[in-house]
This record gives sequence, C-alpha cells and structure tokens, in this order.
Amino acid sequence: MPSNRPITPSSLSIKDLPWQIHWNKDKCTLCGSCTAVCPVNAIELGVFRKRIVETALGINSSSSSVSKVYQGIRQKTDPAYSCVGCAMCTQVCPNDAIMPMKSDEAGKLAYHINRGGQPRRRGGRRNVPGGLLDQIKFIRISMLTDPALDAGRHEFELRTLLGRVLPPEESIAHFKSNGWIPPVREIYPLVIGSMSFGALSPPMWEGLQMGIAYLNEEMNMPVRMCTGEGGCPPRLLRSRFLKYVILQIASGYFGWDEIIHAIPEMKVDPCAIEIKYGQGAKPGDGGLLMWNKVNKLIAAIRGVPTGISLPSPPTHQTQYSIEESVAKMIQSMSMAWGFRVPVYPKISATSTALAVLNNLTRNSYAAGLAIDGEDGGTGAAYDVSMNSMGHPIATNIRDSYLNLVALGKQNEIPLFAGGGVGKSGNLASNAAALIMLGASGVQIGKYIMQAAAGCLGSETDRCNICNIGLCPKGITSQDPRIYRRLSAEDVAQRVVDVYLSFDTELKKIVAPLGRSTSLPIGMSDALGINDFNAAERLNIKYVV
Amino acid sequence: MCRLFAITSDTPVSPLVALNALDVMREGHDGSGVGLFLRDLGGPFEEMKDAPILSGIFSKEGIKRLDTYMMNLGFMTKFKISFKLPKKLPEGMPARDVYLVRAYEYPEAWEGRSLQELGNELMHIRLKLREMGQEKQDMIVFSFWPDVVMLKEIGDPLTVGRFLNLDREDLKARVVMAQGRQNTNYAINLYACHPFFVEGFSTMTNGENTAFVPIREFLKSRGFPGYTGFQSDSEVFTHILHYTMKELGLGLEAYKHIITPLQEAGIENHPNASLLKQLKQSCRSMIIDGPNCVIGSLPDHSLFMVQDRKKLRPGVVGGRPGQYAFSSEICGLDAVIPDRDKSKDFQPMHLDTAIIGPDRQEINICHQTDPLPRLH
Repeated sequence: MPSNRPITPSSLSIKDLPWQIHWNKDKCTLCGSCTAVCPVNAIELGVFRKRIVETALGINSSSSSVSKVYQGIRQKTDPAYSCVGCAMCTQVCPNDAIMPMKSDEAGKLAYHINRGGQPRRRGGRRNVPGGLLDQIKFIRISMLTDPALDAGRHEFELRTLLGRVLPPEESIAHFKSNGWIPPVREIYPLVIGSMSFGALSPPMWEGLQMGIAYLNEEMNMPVRMCTGEGGCPPRLLRSRFLKYVILQIASGYFGWDEIIHAIPEMKVDPCAIEIKYGQGAKPGDGGLLMWNKVNKLIAAIRGVPTGISLPSPPTHQTQYSIEESVAKMIQSMSMAWGFRVPVYPKISATSTALAVLNNLTRNSYAAGLAIDGEDGGTGAAYDVSMNSMGHPIATNIRDSYLNLVALGKQNEIPLFAGGGVGKSGNLASNAAALIMLGASGVQIGKYIMQAAAGCLGSETDRCNICNIGLCPKGITSQDPRIYRRLSAEDVAQRVVDVYLSFDTELKKIVAPLGRSTSLPIGMSDALGINDFNAAERLNIKYVV
Repeated sequence: MCRLFAITSDTPVSPLVALNALDVMREGHDGSGVGLFLRDLGGPFEEMKDAPILSGIFSKEGIKRLDTYMMNLGFMTKFKISFKLPKKLPEGMPARDVYLVRAYEYPEAWEGRSLQELGNELMHIRLKLREMGQEKQDMIVFSFWPDVVMLKEIGDPLTVGRFLNLDREDLKARVVMAQGRQNTNYAINLYACHPFFVEGFSTMTNGENTAFVPIREFLKSRGFPGYTGFQSDSEVFTHILHYTMKELGLGLEAYKHIITPLQEAGIENHPNASLLKQLKQSCRSMIIDGPNCVIGSLPDHSLFMVQDRKKLRPGVVGGRPGQYAFSSEICGLDAVIPDRDKSKDFQPMHLDTAIIGPDRQEINICHQTDPLPRLH
C-alpha cells in the first residue's frame, strides 16, 4: 500500500486474511495456471520492483545499486477477493510453487465480508470440526457368550424400512380384511440426502443417479437418493429409474409443475415423497439458490426465469398450523400417487421435534420423519444460520426414538437422521451410532460430495463457495466451463466405491456385536461414551 | 453355554430323568443352576387338572404373607407337596425355608368365569406375589397355573434334584423341560433362570440374544402386564411366543417367521409372500439376532424346538411314538431314550420348527418355506 493512500476501515494486509498464499519464486514457471484457475481471483500476476546492490570486487571498480523487476504472484487483500483456501492453485501448479496456508490466528476478514450491508452467505457446514458422534464407541463385543460373526463371510441383511409400518395386530387385521396397507419401502439404511439439481452441477447429479442405479441393479443394494428442492429432470421422471428417487417438495415448490404434469406418464412410482419443512444447516430459513447458478437449464426445470436468486420461504406459505402443514400436505401428496407412495416430512433438529413427531403418530399417512441436525451441509445459506442456528442430531434422534418407545410406536414411524454424518470421515461408525440411538437410517449429503467428487470444503472454512457457482471441482457449479472438470462416470464409480466400503465397515461394526439378520435399531446397550454427561443424556453407558 | 433337555411322554416321568440327561451333558454347562417345568402332571395332580398350582420359594415370613393374601382372595389350598430336606446343604446351594408346590381351589365368587378371565386373573396374582416378594425378599414365584409346576434353584442340577428328592411318585409329569445353568450375562437371580412362563406358554433357550434391548423395549410398550421381568435376555422368547399365539392369534408355525423371518429371496418365493412381508415389517422389533436354540411348551401340551437363522446352537429331537425328547446333545437323548431308532433323530436347522404334538406320535417338521395355514 503506497504511503500516500488513506487507510480505509476494510484495508487489510495479507496477515489479516484467513488464508495466505505462499509462493516460491524459485520454483514458479510463470505459466499462469494458478491465476487462471483461482475461482475467486484472489491471486493475480504481480510485477515486483527489487533493488539489487552489486558490491564491487575490484579495487578500481565501484559498487552500484540497480533496480530490477521480476514477475510473480500477488495475493489480493480486498475482502471481496480474499483467498478461500481451496488450493486449486496448488493442484494446477506444475512445480508445486504455490500453496494457501491457514493463518495462525483468527482472521480479520470476518468483520468485513458484509459490503453493501449484505451479510456473508456461503455453502458447506457449520464451521466447527469434529463432534459427539465421533466419541461414541461400540462396547458390547460378542466373543464367548455368543460367537462373534464373520463380517466377510456371514449372511447379512442390513436393510431398513421407509414407510408407515402398521402395528402387528392391525397389520394382520388389514391383511385379513383386504384393507389398505400403507406403502413401505425396504431400502439401504444410508440415503443420499436432498441436494437439488441446481445446487449440484449436471455431471454431479447425473453421476449420483448413475451410481445409485448401478448399486441397485448390479450390486443388489437398494440405495435411494432424495432430489432436494429443485425438481427432477423430465427424462428421469419418465424412466424406470424413478423408483430409486425420493422426490422432495419444499416451500418454494420448485419443479413441481413439471413433476405433477409427469405423473400420468410415470412408468414407476417414486420411492417416496419428502416434504421439507426445515434443514439442519439453516433451520427456520428457506432454501436458497443464488442467481449465479440459475441458468437456462435450471430455470426450465424449476419453472422460473433465468438469472434471479431463488430464496424459498422459511415455511410453506399456503398453510398455517402444524395440523394443516403436516396432515393435509401428507394426505394430498399420498393422494397424488394413489396412496402407493410413502410421504414423510423432513425437519431440522429442534427442541420442538417431539411436537412434530407426536403429531405424526396420530396421522396414519405419515411414513416417517427425517431429522437434520445442526451439522448438516447446504449449498447456500447465511453464515450466521449455519454457525449458530440448530440443534445437535444425537440427542434429538435419541429423544424422538425414546418418545416413540414410550408410545409403543418405535417400529411404526421410521426416523431418519442427518446432519454431519461422516463429518470427520467416520461415516460407518457415525451412521451405526445413530442407528443404535434409534434412527432407522441416515442421510448424507456433504460426505458424498467429498468422497464421490472430491469436494474441498471443510469445517475450518476452506472453500465453501458452493453458493456462487464457482465450485473449483465443478460439483456445485452451473457453468459448463467449470463443471466439465467433473465426469459423471467418475462420480458414479466413486459412489459405488463409497457404498461398498461403507457396507463392509458397517458389517465390521455389527458383526462383532453379534448382529446380522436385522439392522440394530435402538441397540443402545452396545454404545458407550467417555463423557459422563453425554452418557446420561443419551441413556447409554459411560465408559472410561 | 447352557444345556437344555425336554421330554414328552405318554406315561408320566420323574423330573430326575431330565436332570440325569443334563448331567450326561455336563461338559456343556457349568452346573450353576437348574430350572424345571412340569406340565400334564401325573400322580395326585391328575385328579385336579383345573386347579391352579402355585410354584415358588418362600421364607417363613413369606409363607405367612402368602397365606393371608390368598385367603383374602378366597383361595383354598387343595393339595400340596411337602419337601423334606436333608439337614446338610450341598455346596453352592443357598438355604431356603420352603419350596412350595401347592394346588388351590378357586374362590367361590369366581365361578362362571371364562378360561380367559381366569388365566388373566392368575397372571395378575402371580405378578402381584412376585412384586410383594421382591419388596421384602421373602417370596419367589415361578408360576401359578393349572397343571403346571416349576422349580428353579442355584446349584448343580442333579445335586439339587437329589437334595429335593424329586424322584417321587407324586411329582411326575408327561411334559418336562429342564435347563442347566444360571444366567451369566446379567446379575444372578432366580427370575433370570429358564424356563420362563407366561399364561400357559413356557420356553427355555440356549444362547445369547443380542437384540435383547430393542425387543425388551418393544414388548414393554405393548401394554401387557405379563411382559415384565426381563432379568434374562432369553425371557423375551417366551413373551414373543405368547404375543404371536395369543395376541396375534397365529399358529406355532408363525413363531419362527416372527423371530427369524426369511430373507428377501425366501419371502419372494414363499406362497404366503404378502403376509410374510407384512409380518416381517410390522414385527421387525421382535427379530432375534441369535444364536439361539429355543425349546418351548404350549398350553395344548405340544413341545417344540426352533433354531435361529444362524443355527449356531446344538439341538436334536428323537424318540419313539409315545415318548420323544429334545436335547442339546445326542448323549442326553441316548441317556434317556436309548432304545429309539436313531436314524430318525433330527437336528432342526435354520428353517425348521420341530414339533411333537399332544398325541406324541411323531416329529412334525415345519419348514419355514412351507405354506402357512389360512388365517382365521
């Protein structure tokens, strides 16, 4: 900064930024790859002046001082262009000459990313690494009182149910009288949660669908994926693969014109309908697709004009009470498919979850409840919603399950848990812990982006620019120049890898517990934690 | 592991027969306890098939409290068995005041009540006595039911049997079930000792039930007072049997479909696929995750054995018309019915329910892939 310029309140130095670019002049080839790839233009070609003192060696020659210039990389300090730490520069550098490093102190940037009075919005998760799920251990090991099972050779049936399950007495009575049996799907307990077409790029979405089709048709794993609130491509709606898809309806109703019109032409029923009332990443706030990502294709599928931001309202505007919101909507959606498709709500974890759940127990069409905890990810949300709003999933799912146990309905309304499952990479153990706390299955979103497509985002605020369509990996971008970096086939292959390895790991957890023929839902005697208060709260064993 | 032996015979047999079989199989159990279940009684009980018999262990104070309680209800003692115990207590056996087997006359006011009502009342009285006993530690009640006697004690099965002098004419039965070993996974407690009993249904189990906690939660939330106790993870097998047959009105052939349902392909190919799918889903919380071998007795005097899906526990059935036995090991069977056609011995596998009907004429094998009878 030249000395004659005023310092503005938002004048920052590189030291003040959360990510600092380390660049090595000796290694740099000046190829320009890094500046070209940087999604936020945080670096640019810099011309640096440098004075060189040349000391004379001979008696008669005099020393001189010359100024020379050299070219290199300069990091911008304007808050609008601050480095997000994605390290794509490192990825493309032929000589490993450049790398962003995390600042050694809390950056000063946070105070300034609100120009024009617009608070920070971003994608990703709550910026808090780790969590309680990682502390839970599986302590009830079968050895001599009953034999441990062989995870590699034994016969396993690790499926779960999605749909309203009748209590045994009613089930038999309905069977005898040929009465209505609510639709129930037998699915794999790890569901790819709602990430919309629009939030995700075409190759990412297509890759997930292809991976799922492969798992179903070649590996006999009934994996399901929820569309999120962005509609569904018309060809998928009319294909036999729709049965692997959970269609989501949320408060913006995006894409539902297309879906409703496709109903008469559907070859198969969708797996289920998820009505989104809330999500863990931004509880109490509606979905958000920023204008940057609303191109022609997305606009067509969602039935909106191009280039405008699409904020969904926080709640379904046509309804005002829980009875209406839940009961009527579940009933209408059930009716649309002739009561052949399970319909369930998804809410963000909240201390009021039991009120919703109790309401569902009295609604014979409610097919389940998905609860998304505070660690859930999102494509776009206000930073404050992500960081400070919401309820952890573990206690919410446990309370809900024990509430159902008290009502004797624990097998009737399946609970699905989401939000930070596999946040630290421990997908199978996090999922198994939630299942043993009472979840019938778990939903993942961010994890599959990280594992199947190489998402760089982290809870130390790395990258997290999913919202502006500049995802350096092409996962959440709608710009063909960016998303062509991602191949749908590669994503599909990784999805299969992830599921097969998860399946093995899940068996490696349940087999030593002596379980194989049914998913150990609510097997809380197997769980232990070295935190006394958490153990008390979750009603599991305290072990040290 | 524990060892199981059950016999059903046209002519009443002494419970010591079953204890001898357990003794032959002693390599397979640790001799830490014994449980006996007798049904279809011979001897003096033959003449009082309808009279409810109370079985349990009482202290002197407990007996007094029992008498007051039963008299207030209007029950009169009809017949009792007196155990004269030797002075010297065998090693490992706790000292008890009274082993009680006592048949009662129903209160006069109960006349005209249906069997269902009577059964329900008897269960409530048993549970009340159990509660009273646990409060003051002076009564342990095993069963209160017509034509059923139960006995449980800590100690080596044969030693206990000899100490109590069970080889006596007035304590013979046509159906005898015996289990050797105390519960080991949870606290030592006679209520954790097999066989378990609820409203005429009784089972005993070899093996651990790893799905115990979710099953217990499910049964507790059914609102049926008899589903209680749960001192042993095996007790739920009795409750599930009762639930299947009494609450759901299904036959014994459905029991295995509840505790270890067929897997996906098996159900698809089954003639009752739609019913089985529904049962599997709505009864999912009762799926046991073995390994378990269950032997049970039904109110109609049938005796059966089922294996779980893993079939990791031993179990064999054999005998001849008029006398059949289920045993954990063949040596147990050999000890009791040596003169049978051994080629007809059968070891139930993961899909089988082996049933000896009340007529004791043959072993019926109910295969899980067989069609189910029509629902009534």
